[in-house]
Amino acid sequence: MTPRRKRMIAVAAIVIGVGAATAVALQAFQENIMYFYSPSQVTGGEAPRGRAFRLGGLVTTGSLQRTPGSIEINFLVTDNAETIPVKYSGLLPDLFREGQGVIAHGKLNDGGVFVADEVLAKHDENYMPPEVADTLKTPQSAGGAS
Amino acid sequence: MWTWFHKLASPPHFYRIAGLTIPWFSWPALILILVGLYGGLVLAPMDYQQGEGFRIFYVHVPSAIMSMFIYSTMAIAAGIGLIWRMKLAHAVAAASAPIGAWFTFCALATGSLWGKPMWGTWWVWDARLTSELILLFLYLGFIALRSSIEDPQRADRSAAVLALVGVINLPVIHYSVVWWNSLHQGSTMFNPGAMSIQMKWPALAMLFGFMLYYGAVLFVRLRAEVIRRERNAAWLREELAR
Amino acid sequence: MNLSDFFYMGGYAAFLWPAYGLVLSVLVYNVWSARRAHQEARRAAVRRLQMEETRS
Repeated sequence: MTPRRKRMIAVAAIVIGVGAATAVALQAFQENIMYFYSPSQVTGGEAPRGRAFRLGGLVTTGSLQRTPGSIEINFLVTDNAETIPVKYSGLLPDLFREGQGVIAHGKLNDGGVFVADEVLAKHDENYMPPEVADTLKTPQSAGGAS
Repeated sequence: MWTWFHKLASPPHFYRIAGLTIPWFSWPALILILVGLYGGLVLAPMDYQQGEGFRIFYVHVPSAIMSMFIYSTMAIAAGIGLIWRMKLAHAVAAASAPIGAWFTFCALATGSLWGKPMWGTWWVWDARLTSELILLFLYLGFIALRSSIEDPQRADRSAAVLALVGVINLPVIHYSVVWWNSLHQGSTMFNPGAMSIQMKWPALAMLFGFMLYYGAVLFVRLRAEVIRRERNAAWLREELAR
Repeated sequence: MNLSDFFYMGGYAAFLWPAYGLVLSVLVYNVWSARRAHQEARRAAVRRLQMEETRS
């Protein structure tokens, strides 16, 4: 075997070896790498008990309630399978709205309500001009333009 | 084919050819970037959700893609340098590192400036952001390792090993938003239908402009590297007299 | 879109313009830095050759 061939094998070994080690490590740290738990994961008991974690999902349309006289709000977070009620007092990002993705940090209280201390908005990878978005919201108008 | 390749790698040839090639990269790069800027800031319609704020896309995404593209180039050059003992390959890796590190920094900083108004935070430790930060550390580690070793050959080889070890981070970064629940959303550029061409074309112009830019800057740095490493006085004397 | 709307960027100016400014500055810096590295290498090589000449 030529020296160069040996070096080729060494390079391949490094890349494959590190790759395998990383795959194993990432599998092991799976729980910590999950940035949030979905409502289904929470109802399924996968989320940690007794300590803070992140809950991610969509704000159920029509669920947003503001308590008059305070900045406290209540809303539901869903993954279209399970739903968790959330209570939060604090600043909300621009993109927070019903039907929008959200990631809340906080704890589940005894009553099954998720008390959040931070609410972040999550958006998807789709971008479109406002006119296009409007046509998607009102499908009947697309056929009515005859 | 091999004679051509070895000829190209010979310092005087490379120095000359690189010098002739650079303007063919730098001028198109400038034009593409200017066109991309105009397209992204003026021509592209605003986003239904993020309004005008989404236009950070046109600097953030090309920077992020370049940060990974340059690293992969660096790693391939390092591997070639190790296997074929080619000095020019090691020089490509060395010259690429600072450029790649800066693009990584740009991706992180513009991402942060984008995240604050849209997500509500400057930073989160989710899989995408964390792995991109690790990429920055890999670049800096590569640069630091090279400069810390006296002997140029050993510096080349040790740094090359580090570059190869870090390669695993590239698929991690790319698939982070697929494999794990993260705050950062999925890929737009690699997802047909996520963004219409009307909004996408300035990003493509910026990306190709950045690629040509990288080529130009890389060749300038390589010419410097070739002169630094060159021992054969004859061609050097002739070249410097021009 | 008039000029003041353009700078205002729908209220996102404080985030968007620093982002663009940063990236463009980095691009300019890297060009300058690379060219300086090349000039430095040439100057150092000239000095090196001159020293070799005076020695021989």
